[in-house]
Amino acid sequence: MLGKLTLQAIPFDQPIPFIAALVVISIVTAVLFWVVVRGHLPYLWHEWITSVDHKRIGVMYISLGMVMLLRGFIDAVMMRSQQALAFRAPGYLPPEHYNQVFSAHGTIMIFFAAMPLVIGLMNFVVPLQLGVRDVAFPTLNSTSFWLTATGALLVNLSLIVGEFARTGWLVYPPLSELRYSPGVGVDYYLWAVQISGVGTLLTGINFVTTILKVRAPGMSYLRMPVFTWTALAASLLIIAAFPVLTATLGMLILDRYLGFHFFTNTGGGNMMMFINLIWAWGHPEVYILVLPCFGVFSEVVPTFSGKPLFGYRSMVAATMFICIVSFMVWLHHFFTMGAGGNVNAVFGIATSIIAVGTGVKIYNWLFTMYGGRINFATPMLWAVGFMVTFVIGGMTGVMLAVPPADFLVHNSLFLVAHFHNVIIAGVLFGVFAGVTYWFPKAFGFRLQEGWGKAAFWFTLVGFYVTFVPLYVAGLLGMTRRLQHYEVAAWRPWVLAASFGIIILFIGMVCQLVQIVVSIRRREQLRDVMGDPWNGRSLEWATTSPPPVFNFAVLPNVQGEEPYWEIKRRAIETQQLSPEPHYEAIEMPRNSPTGVITAFFCTITGFSLIWHIWWLVIVGLVGAYGVFVWFAWRDVEEYVIPAEEVARLDRERRAAREKWLAEHVRVSEPA
Amino acid sequence: MAAQEARSGVDGSTHPESPPGASSPPAGPRRMRRLLAMLAPLPLAGCAGSIFDAKGPVGAAAGLIMINSVEIMLVIVVPTIIAILAFAWWFRSGNKRAVYLPEWAYSGRLELIVWAIPIMVIIFLGGVIWIGAHDLDPRRPLSPLQKPLEVQVVSLDWKWLFIYPEEGIASVNDLVLPAGVPVHFSLTSASVMNAFFVPQLGSMIATMNGMVTQLNLEASHPGQFYGQSTQFSGDGFSDMNFTVHALPPSQFARWVTQVQQRGPDLDPAAYRTLQKQSLNVHPYTYRYVDPGLFSLIATRRIPPGGGYETGRGGISVHPRPEK
Repeated sequence: MLGKLTLQAIPFDQPIPFIAALVVISIVTAVLFWVVVRGHLPYLWHEWITSVDHKRIGVMYISLGMVMLLRGFIDAVMMRSQQALAFRAPGYLPPEHYNQVFSAHGTIMIFFAAMPLVIGLMNFVVPLQLGVRDVAFPTLNSTSFWLTATGALLVNLSLIVGEFARTGWLVYPPLSELRYSPGVGVDYYLWAVQISGVGTLLTGINFVTTILKVRAPGMSYLRMPVFTWTALAASLLIIAAFPVLTATLGMLILDRYLGFHFFTNTGGGNMMMFINLIWAWGHPEVYILVLPCFGVFSEVVPTFSGKPLFGYRSMVAATMFICIVSFMVWLHHFFTMGAGGNVNAVFGIATSIIAVGTGVKIYNWLFTMYGGRINFATPMLWAVGFMVTFVIGGMTGVMLAVPPADFLVHNSLFLVAHFHNVIIAGVLFGVFAGVTYWFPKAFGFRLQEGWGKAAFWFTLVGFYVTFVPLYVAGLLGMTRRLQHYEVAAWRPWVLAASFGIIILFIGMVCQLVQIVVSIRRREQLRDVMGDPWNGRSLEWATTSPPPVFNFAVLPNVQGEEPYWEIKRRAIETQQLSPEPHYEAIEMPRNSPTGVITAFFCTITGFSLIWHIWWLVIVGLVGAYGVFVWFAWRDVEEYVIPAEEVARLDRERRAAREKWLAEHVRVSEPA
Repeated sequence: MAAQEARSGVDGSTHPESPPGASSPPAGPRRMRRLLAMLAPLPLAGCAGSIFDAKGPVGAAAGLIMINSVEIMLVIVVPTIIAILAFAWWFRSGNKRAVYLPEWAYSGRLELIVWAIPIMVIIFLGGVIWIGAHDLDPRRPLSPLQKPLEVQVVSLDWKWLFIYPEEGIASVNDLVLPAGVPVHFSLTSASVMNAFFVPQLGSMIATMNGMVTQLNLEASHPGQFYGQSTQFSGDGFSDMNFTVHALPPSQFARWVTQVQQRGPDLDPAAYRTLQKQSLNVHPYTYRYVDPGLFSLIATRRIPPGGGYETGRGGISVHPRPEK
């Protein structure tokens, strides 16, 4: 009846996961209880859970990413503290638990923290920057989000029921085959990533369609903001790479569930095939994450320097260059598998060629700052911190692209330090910059600057104190994923890294405090006009938060920086453009399709993991049924009457006219 | 160079665990030290085991390539970082002396430089990569004249088996080599993927079931070096380390003779026992090895080792009967 699921799946015998599970269950129960008792459930259901508004979905993506970032960070703290204690000692985490912790850390950080954060920013920003009302397929967008949430839920469920993979975050076979990993851990990984991977693929399709087909009048490709360009590049990469991931993991699933021999030791399997295929997804994945963050910096640096982006076309070219070349470098993840001189050399050179694109971007941001008047608000601090740190990470990356050098530090803590260097400095700093930058647009008030700056400095210093020692430990020969070690020379560096993570933790706390403080002081931090940073692209042309339809009348784009032009004209003439003719707007209706599909997918995933076959069928039929039910809908859209549109837009115009009147004598906006 | 404390009594029986890697005395001046000095603000007293403290030609050459590539990149990385910080500081909004160019967004000359600098560096570095990848291809023999010592390596769950086919002996978790003699390794795995790595000798290489990888290394001088698996291989991974003993050739010959006289035999039956999962195996030797054993393992005619013999993480099998 319940397949492999018995009461033994719950880790009563292991205090650490058991207590952690209890804590998580209590928090979740308390939150749910509060939501129900205070009567927030209808609001949440109608305004958020079933919302197909890209802005709401973006906010939910980012919230999910932030929660998962905390979870992954707790894993990181556990790993650092285990290694700090485990010098000639067993530490407090036995191998079978420690191995789950680092596997979960990698999986959560990439799939359920970084991806939702980046996709969340894309969701919120891209339609606004394009000057349109929503993405091409709003309900599909909601489904994508809920499928990602399903994956995150399954990963976290493994804490309470069963175990997580003990194989590392990329489940290399043959270790991940049934023979060497008989437990449900790898199955949790596989189904969580498969289900969320479908969601990500749908997001890619949605955004490529949106950017190619749904743009404001006059918004030609070479007038799109660079963030939108990078979102396009990332979405193209998603479409090209995620099917590879799905197919690869699908083959491993066939191995584990139906006795196939794609990657097994026996029966003619070849595990090298898996490693090639998984990195054919895995390397583009790095750029799926980092390209939109480059886009964030390409918005932040010009805005806070008070001048346009230097070399816009170069930036676009470099983005697309990286997008293409990122598919030609995957082999550098396994130079040590013995491919031979020619192959290794070709992939090494291809890898370092990517640095050309990144280098161009760095110089373009540098020359954007040249001749600027830089306002060091929090997003700009993240940007400068990123530029310096990312250059170092890029340098160590090119070191690893030199095959003989890679032979010395592959899989060492040097490698670990390198990819944290580029992912933390690139992706995380980018997301923090982006969240701070667009937060007022989403919620109508700014984040408090003091705590934001404190978070920046603690995170920056904490990053260096954590990862520079790991670079050194790697050069001293320390390999990654060690549960304990005996070499005395490594110890000081391991301890230093543990100290660093305390500083990072303080940075994390500052971020949380910043959110609480900002909410409490939201009236002082209110963004009345909708343009708190003196922005240049179209998202600042509307109110903060924007109305559900984003723009009362779609803007007519005439240049690379459409809003800057509108603003300059308004300041020169001391008046807004004449009031347009308002028409009724049709908007897509909210739909529970996404959340119900995801509910059935959760059931399917969970029952596949535990071999509860009848429930698998229930889940699949349910998910398909929801899809059919949605396809047969009669009413797709609702109408916002012209008077309502006019009323909302007149409020926006009033705020801007008031601002103009207050700034009559100032030639540049403050 | 510096006199080494080559252990004359290395007979392959259980050594008291010498702290691996930490026992090597300071070597003579090495060019690689420069980088370490840059990287390490704290005194690195116990730095033996570092990849820059190479004890063989492969490690030294690879370390040199790494340093060269860093130097090439630092030529532009350092000015770039300085420029980022300088521009950010000078063009701060409070600095009234800084020029403000609110419209400046394009310069053809700068664009040319912006693309040219990284391209030139990468062309230069590409040459380093191409030459380095071929010169230090793990399969490439180290010396055309000197006949290398053959060693066959099998990674097991979770220990290392080193077979000396020409001598007909084998050793577990202890790799004894003659110093100054090139060694040719053929490597495979009995179960999951691992990677063979001695940081001070250079060049790691993966070991995979059903496949044989090749590696050429040489220890220039006698000494003890720390070796480990660098590819995560399951619950016993952290204990998959071994000690490399590089002995003067005469002592190596004596060690071979001693090993040939005692210890168990390693035939396919004994190998099947050895193959079972075990942790923390103390080093020991086999006086005789079936000559075809490595090929039987590599071609899977001896099936790959299984996974867990007992429940979760259970370690019930120890390959060596306790005395």
